[in-house]
Amino acid sequence: MLCALAAIPILIAVAVRLSSSVPPGRGPAFLDRITQNGLFVGVTAMLVSVPLFLPLTVGVVAGDTVAGEAGLGTLRYLLVAPAGRVRLLLVKYAGAVAFAVAAPLVVALVGAGIGAALFPVGPVTLLSGDSIGAAEALQRLLLIAAYLAVSLMGLSAIGLFMSTLTDVPVGAMASTVVLSVVSQVLDALPQLEWLHPWLFSHYWLDFADLLRQPIAWESFLTNALLQGGYVAVFGALAYGRFVTKDVLS
Amino acid sequence: MTAAVPATELSIETTGLSKRFGHQLAVDGVDLAVPKGSVFGFLGPNGSGKTTTIRLMLGLAVPTGGSVRLLGEDMPRQLHGVLPRVGALVEGPAFYPFLSGAANLHRFDAADPHVPAATRKARVRSALERVGLTHAADKKVRAYSLGMKQRLGIANALLAPRDLLILDEPTNGLDPQGTREVRSLVRSLAADGATVFVSSHLLAEVEQICTHAAIMSAGRLVAQGTLEELRQGGQARIRVVTPDAGTAAEVLSRLGLSAATSPGGAAPGGGGVLYAPLPGAAGNGEAAPEAVVAALVAAGVRVRGFAIEQVSLEDRFVALTGEGFDVVQ
Ligand SMILES: Nc1ncnc2c1ncn2[C@@H]1O[C@H](COP(=O)(O)OP(=O)(O)O)[C@@H](O)[C@H]1O
Ligand SMILES: [Mg+2]
Repeated sequence: MLCALAAIPILIAVAVRLSSSVPPGRGPAFLDRITQNGLFVGVTAMLVSVPLFLPLTVGVVAGDTVAGEAGLGTLRYLLVAPAGRVRLLLVKYAGAVAFAVAAPLVVALVGAGIGAALFPVGPVTLLSGDSIGAAEALQRLLLIAAYLAVSLMGLSAIGLFMSTLTDVPVGAMASTVVLSVVSQVLDALPQLEWLHPWLFSHYWLDFADLLRQPIAWESFLTNALLQGGYVAVFGALAYGRFVTKDVLS
Repeated sequence: MTAAVPATELSIETTGLSKRFGHQLAVDGVDLAVPKGSVFGFLGPNGSGKTTTIRLMLGLAVPTGGSVRLLGEDMPRQLHGVLPRVGALVEGPAFYPFLSGAANLHRFDAADPHVPAATRKARVRSALERVGLTHAADKKVRAYSLGMKQRLGIANALLAPRDLLILDEPTNGLDPQGTREVRSLVRSLAADGATVFVSSHLLAEVEQICTHAAIMSAGRLVAQGTLEELRQGGQARIRVVTPDAGTAAEVLSRLGLSAATSPGGAAPGGGGVLYAPLPGAAGNGEAAPEAVVAALVAAGVRVRGFAIEQVSLEDRFVALTGEGFDVVQ
């Protein structure tokens, strides 16, 4: 799955490299800047992955956590080992979180790597107009990856909860991914503006503030708070469901 | 029905254990008493509630009513203290198909945070050896046959020294050789001092290895005790072969014996066979068996065969669980 994610920046870099020129203003943001600075492959790839690829892979991993074991029948043997229900749930969530951290990181690092290989690397002009060196730019790239990792915590918790509801892993995966799409669709409807700040996908793309000098942390903190809320609510739901669940698979 | 053993001597004790699925009572007021050190056969036809009872014992499912004590401790409250001493095979084996047999055992062993990791390798190896899977230890489970998976499932139950083994249909999918090996394995586990609780729908299996047995039928416990006690629960009977079944039945009932053509509903082919309780047994009339023959002949019944039969455990089980009970292998 991480390999599939790594393919995205590679695809972008190779496509830009092979095409003679990218008309400015078309395609995803930053795409036109790749030829001048390879580090933008990482930013572009993350931007492109946010709406679908990242939630898709995170949904698959988080949806599989408990339901995957139930589907195989191994859940009953883990529980009679005894693994402990709370401990098993925590370990499973930790696994999903580890993936949510690794996924944007892979996209960022592979993007920076392939960008550096195919394009020149140099100082980066930030959205605030300041210029930073390549090393600091790489730090900003990792900061965006961290922002996305935090953004995916809520979805991971939702996936964990879905996973405790069924013995069919595909069902849990699909419903988690569908929820992430639904959240983004609702976020796009102006009629539901009152709801927007509460949607877990609302701040997913708001990492532009990390590309200013000095860094504006507000969106990072607001996002972290919202994700923390989702983790608390869906973590509690998953706990409540799983500790009382009859394991009949 | 419950043997008079002090509670501390019971490895498993359930009281009024019940589990409801929707409208169906899968387990209905089961009072099991499994003495420490016994090899306990848990018999019943498919769907009689054996696996569900085992799930309730192991804390996998919450009972609708009643309680379970395992090794003297309340379940599921003392689950973390009790389960490390219990090895279990529940409703067949289950593994990660993309991992090898040994890797699967490693993973399950590591699931319990309290078992020593240092001895894991050695314990996995000896468990595999015990079930004869050493040669396939590094093969992916995906490539295992049903019988090999079953053996691996038993190996998983033997990863640590256990005081109690709960094996749900352990010989499912095994060839006759494997079945024999499991039997001798169960005996050796019992010889080591463990209590072994084996569920089965096969009487022959239970009869060969068990000291005690319980019989489930449609979620209810219909009998339990030592094999000897269970055999005695059934009475000896007489068997009359005759074309004049009607007249014979009249004669028998005049002698105080209630005749039946098919005890417990199990009708052997032909309407010319009659069964009746052995005369002389309590409340079954006073006539001696030979006097019964004389009376039959005197009444003009053409007696073609007459025998006194000891009720086999098999007949007893058929009588208790009804037809469709898979008693032969
Ligand atoms: N998950 C379940 N949901 C609903 N009914 C079930 C479930 N598991 C078992 N049952 C029902 O409970 C009864 C007992 O099943 P089970 O304990 O598996 O029997 P056994 O192990 O003796 O073959 C069956 O009638 C079965 O249909
Ligand atoms: Mg069963």
